[in-house]
Amino acid sequence: MNKIVKEIFSPSMRLTLLAVLASFVFGGVLVAFASSEVQTAATYLFARPGDFFLAVWNAVFGAYDALFRGSIFNYKVDNLLGMIKPITETLAYATPITLAGLGLAVAFRSGLFNIGATGQIVFGAMFAGFVALNVPLPAGLHLVVAVIAGILGGAFYGALVGFLKAATGANEVILTIMFNYIAALLLAFLLKTPIFQAPGSQNPISSAVPESAKFPFIFGDQVRIHGGLILMLVAVVAVWWLLNRSSTGFQFRALGHNPSAAKVAGINIGLTYVLVMAVSGALSGIAGATQILGTEKFLTGGVAASFGFDAITVALLGRNNPFGVLAAGILFGGLRAGAVTMQANQGVPIDIVLVVQSLIVLFIAAPPLVRSMFRIKAEKGGAK
Amino acid sequence: MKQSLRTPISLAVISLIGLWLLVASTGATTMIKTATDTDIFALPDIAINTTVSSAIAFALMVLVAAASFYFARKLNKKTPLWLILIYGFGLIYGILVWLFAGATMPISALLSGALALAVPLVFGSLAGVLSERVGIVNIAIDSQLLAGAFISALAATLSHNLYVGLIGAIIGGAIVSWVLATFAIKYVVDQIIVGVVLNVLIVGITNFFYSTLFADNVSLFNQPPRFDRILIPLLGQIPVIGPVLFNQTLIVYLMYLAVAGVWVALFKTRWGLRVRAVGEYPKAADTVGIKVFRTRYISVMIGGALAGLGGAFFTLGQVGAFGKEMTNGAGYIALAALIFGRWNPIYAAFAGLLFGFAQNLQYGLAIIGSPVPSEFLLMLPYALTAIAVAGLVGKVTGPAAAGKPYIKS
Amino acid sequence: MKLELRGITKRFGAMTANDNVNLVAEPGQIHCLLGENGAGKSTLMNVLYGLYQADGGEILLDDKIVKFAGPGDAMAAGIGMVHQHFMLIPVFTVAENVILGHEPTKFGGLLDLDAARKQVREISDRFGFEVDPDAIVGDLPVGVQQRVEIIKALMGDAQVLVFDEPTAVLTPQETDELMAIMKQLREAGKAIIFITHKLREVKEVADKITVIRLGKIVGEASPKSTANELASMMVGRAVDLDVEKGAPKLGSPTFKISGLSAWNHAGTQVLDDINLEIREGEILVIAGVQGNGQTELTEAIIGMHGRTAGSIELDGQQLIGKNVKQVLDLGVGFVPEDRTEDGLVAEFTIAENLMLDRSDRKPFAKGLSLQLAYLKKFAQEKLQQFDIRAQGIESKASQLSGGNQQKVVLARELSRELRLLVASQPTRGLDVGSIEFVHEQIVATRDSGIPVLIVATELDEATQLGDRIAVMYKGKVVGVVPATTSRSVLGQMMAGISA
Repeated sequence: MNKIVKEIFSPSMRLTLLAVLASFVFGGVLVAFASSEVQTAATYLFARPGDFFLAVWNAVFGAYDALFRGSIFNYKVDNLLGMIKPITETLAYATPITLAGLGLAVAFRSGLFNIGATGQIVFGAMFAGFVALNVPLPAGLHLVVAVIAGILGGAFYGALVGFLKAATGANEVILTIMFNYIAALLLAFLLKTPIFQAPGSQNPISSAVPESAKFPFIFGDQVRIHGGLILMLVAVVAVWWLLNRSSTGFQFRALGHNPSAAKVAGINIGLTYVLVMAVSGALSGIAGATQILGTEKFLTGGVAASFGFDAITVALLGRNNPFGVLAAGILFGGLRAGAVTMQANQGVPIDIVLVVQSLIVLFIAAPPLVRSMFRIKAEKGGAK
Repeated sequence: MKQSLRTPISLAVISLIGLWLLVASTGATTMIKTATDTDIFALPDIAINTTVSSAIAFALMVLVAAASFYFARKLNKKTPLWLILIYGFGLIYGILVWLFAGATMPISALLSGALALAVPLVFGSLAGVLSERVGIVNIAIDSQLLAGAFISALAATLSHNLYVGLIGAIIGGAIVSWVLATFAIKYVVDQIIVGVVLNVLIVGITNFFYSTLFADNVSLFNQPPRFDRILIPLLGQIPVIGPVLFNQTLIVYLMYLAVAGVWVALFKTRWGLRVRAVGEYPKAADTVGIKVFRTRYISVMIGGALAGLGGAFFTLGQVGAFGKEMTNGAGYIALAALIFGRWNPIYAAFAGLLFGFAQNLQYGLAIIGSPVPSEFLLMLPYALTAIAVAGLVGKVTGPAAAGKPYIKS
Repeated sequence: MKLELRGITKRFGAMTANDNVNLVAEPGQIHCLLGENGAGKSTLMNVLYGLYQADGGEILLDDKIVKFAGPGDAMAAGIGMVHQHFMLIPVFTVAENVILGHEPTKFGGLLDLDAARKQVREISDRFGFEVDPDAIVGDLPVGVQQRVEIIKALMGDAQVLVFDEPTAVLTPQETDELMAIMKQLREAGKAIIFITHKLREVKEVADKITVIRLGKIVGEASPKSTANELASMMVGRAVDLDVEKGAPKLGSPTFKISGLSAWNHAGTQVLDDINLEIREGEILVIAGVQGNGQTELTEAIIGMHGRTAGSIELDGQQLIGKNVKQVLDLGVGFVPEDRTEDGLVAEFTIAENLMLDRSDRKPFAKGLSLQLAYLKKFAQEKLQQFDIRAQGIESKASQLSGGNQQKVVLARELSRELRLLVASQPTRGLDVGSIEFVHEQIVATRDSGIPVLIVATELDEATQLGDRIAVMYKGKVVGVVPATTSRSVLGQMMAGISA
């Protein structure tokens, strides 16, 4: 317990919180700037500055209040379900983001800059979707097989990159970027073929996933929390164990820090590259599976949404630590969920989330910048 | 010393495509339409039998593959680039004629459409070249294009002046690349992270203003004029390529200048030698008194400015108004072109044209109802780049210090 | 031009790398700056060259105070530096490298490479360097690359030349040639600062010797001092440079290499028909200049070199075709030449580094699960046994001194059931105390009846440590001779002339 308290008040955690704060402040500036009330008040700023600041306050408070109500707790409704529904929405968004973020964290810790979560999610969703839509199986078993197919799909697409890197020394950053596009285009193509396209439909969309392959809802049909959340929480613990308590994870980390020393110590580098990317891709594959089997229930070209990017930010913000990734995943899940309400209630475009999210990552990555913004001196003995 | 057989073997394997073209040929005729209205003298349309063309293509590919083996084993040399170019030409020729079997291939229209798609790619890849040659990996090309498109539309609308729009685009692109450079150099943040995040940040900001400011007052903020085409006398009347290359807007002519200019600057000037030195071995550059950081900032920002121009092509050169995420990932294809073009501005420009051509081909094929799904054409840049970085056709290595921060002790 | 450093102080955090250092270099003199690894020699020269800013003190040229904000200023003032790690860009030509930073141009900005070639040829001819201005630097042999580095330092008519550990990569012959060049430059009236820790070279060329220890100047020495005197001054206590070891108790030849050849990625042959055998209880030293196949030989033994032909047998088992893991499992201990690059994971703790090669084996792991309690016990034991100076087993390897890092590597490698020990330049870059420790451990291993193969680039270490010496040149074994063979014969063999 003491350790957790210490961690929260540690300098690095303080910087993290300040980075988040600074990003929200900047987001607030944008909101104020775009508000028509603020613009109007600004025209007579010098005559009645009070109006201006009130307008700014109203715009920014209104937006962040809506964000809060949309993501954590809605105090404006009078039934319990309505009150807690926002937090459940947050968790629904957090599920795929965290899963894919865990996948990237495994890769980053192993020194592989996998930015191919998008493609790996798509492959997971395609494989899971294929089993769900085209392979008739009894309820229960159907779901399990579909999820396993999703895992294999993601693992396969990840491992392919690992293999190419091991065999040819190709740069995984470029490979995964290219593979993201290839996967998206492949999905777009397959959605126009009978493999996925709903019969009779002209649109690139599949038919609905049958009940037998759906994730069960945990708290009834009213809230979108399904078995995928459990899977995600299990994955957090499993990844923690893998990285910190298993010999495989030890070898992953050794590879990440110093591939040549790992090689000299008898670790099979090529095989480890493939393994790392397979595990990383598998986690993104689960994310894809939870999307199609739990949340969306159809396969569309947008199945990976912006999760690939979210996963990168979540892994970075969580400092590649599984529990950190979970916390970051919930934060960004909340941003996504709240932004919907913010847009609906306050007319603030959902894109503000992208801005805040990007800024958080930039600030986190550059502690000296945050320190200078808040005029904090560098810790003694800290980095030069 | 033995040469690797990787290139010859890859060429031989890819030749199977040629064989397949031959086998799948029906003997139908493809008409190639070359004439356009502005030609001084119009060339007649050319009729080609697809079986013959497939045979020619396949023969060309097999010959080059054989020559490549000969170079590797007998002469102990790498396969020269011109041979690979011939090979590529044969492959493209074979595929094109085959695709348009039984129909007319509007070559001029295909090429001019390709050029239009290629302009941002070429500018973007130049930005990448200037950035990576000096040692800063530039994943953020897309954000520089997008910023250029956004600012140019805004500036041109506000000022009612296209040239102010262009200057705005240059500044917009340069600012974004300055952010990249600052985070990479001053804060020593991983350059890939900054790049990926910047791309999204600029999407977020431009979307945000598009939905608020622009949406409310289109005529005030987002209704820029457009550049007119300028027909260059004589050059513009060369058959087939004349109207494609020399009846274009100012931005396209600037692109020709930029490609040549970047090449000269990088390989023929003092500045370029220093840029490349910093990108290869910054410490060595430092020990002879070259200011590593300043060189990096300048080169990256010139690149960003060029990408800004490429962004302006989306608005002032084509559409006029700014649209949400209107680059549509062009920055990533530019990145692909830069790698496929091996960090050389001229090769990168040709790679950009090739990718533009592949993208544009889908429209040409859609018109004739070709069975080849457009997704596969769109996939081409990515697939080719993946093949290139995997080293299946020659080894692709960038500047040695790209991506590595220089830390002065 | 006379150079004077007055009271130079340079700190890195809490560490003082240079403490009130004074040094005077006169024109027409070779001034040796002698000190152990980590004594602060390179820091001092980086201050002189403008790469570091001093925290105190001043630099004077011909008695006038100068300030160098960067290397550009130092060069302009007439100071040239031959860096230990060449500051050359491998993909550039000689001419491009040499002119970098002060390029001749024409038409306002275009490179004038003809002028550059002329400048290179001029200096090259004046000193008889025979360097082709159009050669790509990365393709040149190390000795020639160094000449390019010297030409670069001489450009702009430098009057003060600094040579930073210039002989580390050279053959004895190339070293002799370098000494001749230095003398030639001395005759030309240059002031030369020669940084080294090699006593023999100091004695050969120095006009004046200044000894530096732990960042402080400890005094001047006469070029006529004996090696042991210089060493004692350098280390700060009486030093006996001899390795203590008794006569070998030889067993049977359990390690045999026969007909071993290897090729690199480009297809060039890097090992050519190597035949060696080592008996139990014997140390065989592979001597030779770096880059003559020693690295490839050790890689081939531990299974890291893919393209090999021939046979490597240990206890009757064929090693060729086995991967690293399988080779290590047969009882091969391996100390790589670059411990920070290949021997350790800097970010890992001492404990983690100690199980790097066995993390998936009992008793370090049960199934996939790491046995952290066992690791802790094991690491604490090794910390004691090998006298590793650290706060504890949780200290990161990066926080250790070079000597203690090497002890961690040795502790790991020697704690397996060994049947063969292979150590590549095991004392490179270590202080004298650590060198003694490493030598003791190696001799103890040999005395326990294990065949030992050591790669050494310094002849002194080869003759002191070895029972027999095999000299390699261009991928071949030139000959295998007793350790008592004379220096001059060994030197000739290192240049490819068989004894």
